[in-house]
Amino acid sequence: MKDEILCNFWRCYLQKSKQAYCATPVSYASKALPISDGSTDVDSEPERISLYGLSSFSESDGDLLTESSFGYVSSIDKASAKETTSVCSGSVDGSSYLLKRKKGNLRMSMPMTLSFCYMALLWLREPMTLSDLLRFVIDGHIPYLNAFQYFPEEMKLYGVDLKIFRVQSWPVYEDVHKKISELAAFLDLPRFPAITDSCFLHPNILCMKYQMEANLPDELHNWTCRVIKKINVGEIDFLTLDPVNRSARKVKYDVLAAALIVVVLKLLFLLDDRYEWLHASFAGERNQKNKEGCLWFDFKKWYMIIKKTMDVKQKKLDEERARYLWKCEKPLFYSDREKSVVLKKRQMVVDLQRQFGVLSGLVQVAEKQSPSSFQLNWAEENTNGDCFHGHSLEGILQEKGNSLTTMNTAYWLCTVKLCNEKLCGHLTHYKEPDFPQSYQFVLSLFSFLLRVPVSLIHEEVCLIEHKLFKTKLQRK
Amino acid sequence: SAPLSRDLKGIRDQRMIDWSLLIGKNIDANVTCRKASDFQETKEACLNYIQDALLQNQWQRAAEFMISYLETLENTSAEKRIAAPEMIWRIGTEILCHHSKSSIDEFNYFADRMKNLGVKQYLKVCLEHVFHLLCNGLVDDAYQNLSLAEGWRYGEQTTAQDKKLKLIQAYKGLLDYYNWSQKREDNFAESVEQEMHTFFRQAAVNLKEIIKIPGVWDPFVKCYVDLLEFYEDYDEVRQVLSEYAYNSKFPPNPNAHVYFYQFLKRRGESKKTLMSVLKILHEIVPCHELMLEYNAMLQKSKKRKNHRLGLKVIFTVLDFAGWKEHVKAWSCLAKQITQILEKNHLDWVGEEWNSRKDWWPAFHFSRYLAKRNWQENKSLACEKALVAGILLGKEILADDTFLLVTLKPSVQKY
Repeated sequence: MKDEILCNFWRCYLQKSKQAYCATPVSYASKALPISDGSTDVDSEPERISLYGLSSFSESDGDLLTESSFGYVSSIDKASAKETTSVCSGSVDGSSYLLKRKKGNLRMSMPMTLSFCYMALLWLREPMTLSDLLRFVIDGHIPYLNAFQYFPEEMKLYGVDLKIFRVQSWPVYEDVHKKISELAAFLDLPRFPAITDSCFLHPNILCMKYQMEANLPDELHNWTCRVIKKINVGEIDFLTLDPVNRSARKVKYDVLAAALIVVVLKLLFLLDDRYEWLHASFAGERNQKNKEGCLWFDFKKWYMIIKKTMDVKQKKLDEERARYLWKCEKPLFYSDREKSVVLKKRQMVVDLQRQFGVLSGLVQVAEKQSPSSFQLNWAEENTNGDCFHGHSLEGILQEKGNSLTTMNTAYWLCTVKLCNEKLCGHLTHYKEPDFPQSYQFVLSLFSFLLRVPVSLIHEEVCLIEHKLFKTKLQRK
Repeated sequence: SAPLSRDLKGIRDQRMIDWSLLIGKNIDANVTCRKASDFQETKEACLNYIQDALLQNQWQRAAEFMISYLETLENTSAEKRIAAPEMIWRIGTEILCHHSKSSIDEFNYFADRMKNLGVKQYLKVCLEHVFHLLCNGLVDDAYQNLSLAEGWRYGEQTTAQDKKLKLIQAYKGLLDYYNWSQKREDNFAESVEQEMHTFFRQAAVNLKEIIKIPGVWDPFVKCYVDLLEFYEDYDEVRQVLSEYAYNSKFPPNPNAHVYFYQFLKRRGESKKTLMSVLKILHEIVPCHELMLEYNAMLQKSKKRKNHRLGLKVIFTVLDFAGWKEHVKAWSCLAKQITQILEKNHLDWVGEEWNSRKDWWPAFHFSRYLAKRNWQENKSLACEKALVAGILLGKEILADDTFLLVTLKPSVQKY
């Protein structure tokens, strides 16, 4: 993936932003910047090394590489020899990142690197959602937090570079997602490979995955498929990213799948803090009498088990977050003046961490658990009845002609009117007290699994509802 | 141009509305420009976990979170970075004081690190470290640390932290005194005298300095006086103690007067001098235990005004609950009242009784007290009965609260 897809994306980016592979690359020496420029190499980024293999690609890339770009690289080397004294960044263009961004110009940032990664994953239609990717990043399986420690020795980061490479916050889903579509458009990419119904990212499959993780009955799948079909979110054209079509809504596959499950739960169980519990007691009684055979899905029992698990997991997650170590062995310092102070502090922190480490009794953590797509596993073989996959929705359905329909005939809309996205950035605004507890619970479950804010899933639910009940709404 | 400007205005107004809506929504949605980074938030959360653990005495757990919290020393926010050393120091000290696996070595290691965390912290940490060592009986280690800290100088900070430095020097002086007194008990070696003198000089210099600063320095004063008296520098003692007691810049301190009095007594000063010192003590702390001694001196004096004052002193002493069951005080009062009545100074007694007649009966001479005194302490009961008899006089005949209970048997005795 790295060599074929990511590198090409990167080269395309450099070309589009006129930093390399073009006839007249931007020269930072000539620009009248308020602060004088630094030395060393061109933009510091993880894939830098591949640029040294320029010559081997010149044939395939055609006119992208010219003599002048080679000349550009060497002229920088000459320039570094007679650099000015007041260096403010280890990179050539570090200070330009401080300036106001020109419209249409996409600047690199650490979150952007993830956008690049995900774009490549999407291009290859890999079975990994954006929320999975971000989760792996936060869990430390993907270098991000202190990625600079893997840079080669020659690349020195200081001054303004710190603003870019010193990560103080985890990447935000919406942020990274927005940049993907911007990036794709900026790079003038063609339509991405099609997301068909055999792809992992297709809602049919993703819903199944999340359903299993949420310990919901397999039978739910029929219903999610029906909803998907009804609102046409399973269409290839809808799902595939097409940078040319700028007005098309950019799909969040994982959030969409989660929201679909929420909508189906609302359809079946209403989730108004009454109906689902009434049905649960009914199902519970029935299950008591019919211990053999298929058990009916009991919402209350499911709630108890999931809540217990969630509480434990959430508590663990909160503690892990508090224990998170942000600094690495190689510290960053703003300038040479700071260097000794920073190094001394780092040594002090390491010493004290060792002292308290002994007192904490924490044994050296064994190899990190390998990243897994599933966070919750419910084994069917488990005899204590914790797994609901095989449970039946019989109690909640009724026959109507040839097909099954829900016994519940009511539905409440999350919102009647959607906001203007351009004005306030979102289509909906989520306020907890406005909604039933069951709904809040279900949202919080998926919010935990996807590590996204509850409001994001809620927004998607509203969108689905508006598509589903479009005709009824239009009549109003 | 009029319609154009109207259009422009309209556009501008619409933009204003859009903009305020945007701002409003942002505020509603709790999104501000300066959102704290996840680093800051996780460190806040970490601190909460540490605080909870400390409150619940979960030292191991606190240590676990401390590992992560230590990173706040490298916080990018200058404000947080400056506040960090003190937090780390205080939390770390708590954990190390209580953790079962902690030892004095661990504590020392930590304290040394803390001293290096910042110029403003150094002396504070030194002092507290020394206290900790003293509490654990490690006087020699404390002494070493004080010697090191004593010589600390750091440009402007030396004057800014002048008081802390003086404290360090004062405690060093105290420990020098301690060493000196240890040597004093060791009579064998010839060199003891020489060593003693060295400690004395070191101690004297520092103790003298700290006593100059207005404050309460009782232990330092006592040690200093002990040193000076040993070397017979009585003038210096007099100077120091009178300053300590009478300099208005110093906070009121009854002990200062006591020390001065005790010294003068040791020097065999005249009763007149002694009484003048105790007079001030009487004014500050009328219930002080030395008041009986003062009273005795006043009684022995030939001056009438002293006798008058003595009566006041003894009455005042018994105004206080702590003296209620003090037999000697009551017997003094009884004796003095009878003497004064013999000398026909009824008015003196009258004056003193006037302000007390409303509450002393309930305070001292109640029926309940009478019974209890008689059961527990017969001599007390007798003395009180005598006094009550005289003071309550006529009222007794009308109301037999106190007297009938106690007087009968005591009068029989007398």
